[in-house]
Amino acid sequence: MYWTLFLTFVKIGTFTIGGGYAMLPLIQREVVDRGWLSKEDFIDLFSVAQSLPGIFAVNISIFVGYKLKKVWGGVVCALGSVLPSFLIILVIALFFTHVQDNVWVEKAFKGLRPAVVALIAVPCLTTARSIRMSHKALIIPMAAALLIWLGGVSPVWVILAAIAGGLFYGLKIKKE
Amino acid sequence: MIWWQLFYVYLKIGIFGFGGGYAMLSLIQADVVDRYGWITSQEFTDIVAISQMTPGPIGINSATYIGYTAVHNAGYPPYMAVLGSCLTTFAVCLPSFLLVLGISYAFAKFRHNKYVEAAFYGLRPVTVGLIAAAALLLMNEENFIDYKSFLLFGAAFVLTWKFKINPILMILLSAAAGLILY
Repeated sequence: MYWTLFLTFVKIGTFTIGGGYAMLPLIQREVVDRGWLSKEDFIDLFSVAQSLPGIFAVNISIFVGYKLKKVWGGVVCALGSVLPSFLIILVIALFFTHVQDNVWVEKAFKGLRPAVVALIAVPCLTTARSIRMSHKALIIPMAAALLIWLGGVSPVWVILAAIAGGLFYGLKIKKE
Repeated sequence: MIWWQLFYVYLKIGIFGFGGGYAMLSLIQADVVDRYGWITSQEFTDIVAISQMTPGPIGINSATYIGYTAVHNAGYPPYMAVLGSCLTTFAVCLPSFLLVLGISYAFAKFRHNKYVEAAFYGLRPVTVGLIAAAALLLMNEENFIDYKSFLLFGAAFVLTWKFKINPILMILLSAAAGLILY
């Protein structure tokens, strides 16, 4: 059983490119179709794993492992989901330093760096849309971004302030 | 010294990494690039690109890469650098592990807990700000070297936003553009 769990998550870790949410359909297929979890349980897990800090795919794998085989199940599933990326990146780290200074590699990376920034800027807008913020509420992400970008404030403080603000708003103001 | 710092930084990233991979980027940058200078902003951008094109979450990919690079740059041999990447990867997963174990006991309660729900009133909009900060921090002279960079940024932005081009294809296209333009 441990071995099957491990291999299942190795497979999930190997075949999902682009991280986190891309893994979801594959995890669902493996875990729900095998009858390890019911579909409802899986959706519950999903929403809780989403609200926890840390790496989403790892959170899900630990949840599934723990549910099936307690602590060791969690350990085995986490190892399985982490191992493929770990090994691939290790290989890249070992060899990338040798090709880094190659003229062609340099040229390609000069071209792709601005594109990577665009790939981060787009989800910023799509996330803003998906949570349907009011125009007034836009001041919150703008202030957060400015504090980190120009103010040099650690994101940790911004996150703590967000939690405090959310608790205050949710428990005090909204009640009234 | 470097071992403790790496462990501490990635433990912190594991604890405060709300809102998924992109939101985590600014948290990673703040310590790894700005505070400790383990890698340059350019290298960080490269890691994000590599993470997009290889399997696995950016949190794990960056932990592995930075654990290796930081120890290697500190003058240790490669086998010690591999230990460094084990350490950071372990550290970033540890908080998740403890949290999941803790919550499993009170899973049903956690799901509709009013405190958790309230905290997310604040966290959700801030996640957008965290992603924006990550993008803004990378808009620097290391990544935007001339006017062509801005054109590439604009083109990639429009293609991704309007035409929903797959990120991997986008990276390959921009790399090809780099070969031609530079």
